[in-house]
Amino acid sequence: MTLSGINIRRLIALINKEFIQMRRDRLTFAMMIGVPIMQLLLFGYAINSDPKQLPTAVYSQDNSTYARSFVSAMHNSDYFNIASEPKTQEEADELIRRGKVQFLIQIPPNFSRDLVRGERPKLLLDADATDPSATGNAISAINVLVGSAFNHDLTGPLSHLRQNQAPVELVIHRRYNADGRSQYNIVPGLIGIILTMTMVMFTALAVTREIERGTMENLLTMPVKPIEVMIGKIIPYIFVAYVQTALVLIAAVSLFGVPFNGSLLIFSLALFVFVIANLSVGYTFSTLAQNQLQAMQMTFFFFLPSILLSGFMFPFSGMPTWAQWIGDALPLTHFLRIVRGIMLKGNGLSDITTELTAMAIFTVIAVFLALSRFRQTLD
Amino acid sequence: MHDEAHQAPPLENGLAINVHGLSKSFGERTVVDNFEMQVEQGEIYGFLGPNGSGKTTTIRLLCGLLTPDSGDGTCLGYNILTQSRQIKRQVGYMTQKFSLYGDLSIRENLDFVARVYELPDRINAVNDTLRKLNLTGRAEQLAGTLSGGWKQRLALASCIMHRPRLLLLDEPTAGVDPKARREFWDEIHMLANDGLTVLVSTHYMDEAERCHKICYLAYGKLLARGTVEEVIAQSGLTTWTVTGPNHKRMMRLAHDLTGRHGIDMVAPFGATLHISGEDGAALEQAISSYRNDPDLSWSKSAPTLEDVFISMMNDAPDNFK
Repeated sequence: MTLSGINIRRLIALINKEFIQMRRDRLTFAMMIGVPIMQLLLFGYAINSDPKQLPTAVYSQDNSTYARSFVSAMHNSDYFNIASEPKTQEEADELIRRGKVQFLIQIPPNFSRDLVRGERPKLLLDADATDPSATGNAISAINVLVGSAFNHDLTGPLSHLRQNQAPVELVIHRRYNADGRSQYNIVPGLIGIILTMTMVMFTALAVTREIERGTMENLLTMPVKPIEVMIGKIIPYIFVAYVQTALVLIAAVSLFGVPFNGSLLIFSLALFVFVIANLSVGYTFSTLAQNQLQAMQMTFFFFLPSILLSGFMFPFSGMPTWAQWIGDALPLTHFLRIVRGIMLKGNGLSDITTELTAMAIFTVIAVFLALSRFRQTLD
Repeated sequence: MHDEAHQAPPLENGLAINVHGLSKSFGERTVVDNFEMQVEQGEIYGFLGPNGSGKTTTIRLLCGLLTPDSGDGTCLGYNILTQSRQIKRQVGYMTQKFSLYGDLSIRENLDFVARVYELPDRINAVNDTLRKLNLTGRAEQLAGTLSGGWKQRLALASCIMHRPRLLLLDEPTAGVDPKARREFWDEIHMLANDGLTVLVSTHYMDEAERCHKICYLAYGKLLARGTVEEVIAQSGLTTWTVTGPNHKRMMRLAHDLTGRHGIDMVAPFGATLHISGEDGAALEQAISSYRNDPDLSWSKSAPTLEDVFISMMNDAPDNFK
């Protein structure tokens, strides 16, 4: 029973042993099944690289048939979801600055009068271009729309307006990222990705390693309190997080020319909340995992939805509602919005309150979980 | 630390450990069952029993690493249920497995322990310990690269650095060579001379014989306790030693004798057999037909501690079965 020096019986013994060990490690086994299913569901159902139903605000200063036709044409295109109709310019600007809407369409006063006169009135489309991939297809769609949206209304004596060029002039204003450079979106986002990955993994491994090597038993017999152990594990990684962030930021600004429009102080504050959230998640994992491999797997299980559903890789607004709920529960989603808001849009503290609060709630829950899971005994 | 040491409650009847009715189960399995232990201050108390008999669990219950399901008592005068923080400060616990940081140097490990116990004059405390252990030359070596004997010395050093009043040693000499073992025990006796109480679990009979008192635990139950002589006397075991010409002859004899009425145990030691039984008369009856064999020389001897323990182990019900 040999095959070029390989003894089949010995080989079978090894394979058999491997299967037995695989079956014993329940968590690994669950991961082998769970991860592909999770990926399949997320990529299959949640991710959409052609996002539709993007939240749009309409600031109409001309309440006419033509204006209404255009809005309903936008709505019918499926790319735009008319989420709000601000009454003032300030209100409209705030909606886009805070990221409540992706697009703002402005219909100027006397729109219909100018249209009928054939003066090609301007239609102003403000796009939040921090994520160029989210807006690209919708902008193409609206370009087609302006040519055809009025055809139905422009009949009889006005039918000549349907000839040649579009009856209105569409002015597209890509805010915050005029050139549509994807680095502007990805590089700040990477801060969040890198931190989620490293912070969760480092703490999960650091604590599990103590248990695996038996040093936790020694630590528990010494006069240290659980809270001291936890804080002692976390603080070094807070330093690591700030160093990592500084590196990415320096690279972002110097190599990729990403602007930093907001306040570094506010940024540091948001970063702190985010880092604590991730470290607490890692700490909680470490109290559940029996060995470092399991800790790694749990990290992966948390990292995967974070990277896919946070709006980092794929536009958040393109995801179905259930996926957005999951995304909203993850701290990375809010952190990405904050980072992009501060760096690209120059958001102040008041603009990011909602996101900061959401992230803080997650952090409080995670810290509480981590603390309640820590055992002072080996029971 | 020193404040708490001053306020230490008086020991009950000079007992460093005084616990009763201690029980602990994990799931269905009772690992420690209605356990009782009294250890006097300054005593070296040997803790013996087969693997899985609950020695480690008992030690963990004593120092507050585990919470007992029932039972109570005191350790250094502190209540084991409610005052485990105070107990921890005055107990040195050496785990069975090396549990210092392998990726820290010897000095860094000792420095860490000194900081956690808030030792005054930390730098000197660490240097003194290094000197005492002859480790000064290797202070910067990583603990993980030390050999077994040195690891064990380092572990002992780290758990006596804060001057505990009670040492709990869980199989401290497993896998350590005889010379290092001898030195380790000399050290333990010196510490006990200074008033330190030591509870040490072991599988080595020579170590058990170096203890002031011993107790024997099997499957969660206490089977015997007292001085070595007392335990041997209490066993009621009779042992005959028989020496023959060669080991082949003796193996045949061992085979013939095993299982006979009155013979509980036959153990070969080279060309010598130890034959033991609880019923002395029945044992003599069983061997009588071989007594006159000119090749064999018989003598009635006191059972060794090992004979006693193996006989106890055979009698004890295994809770896995």
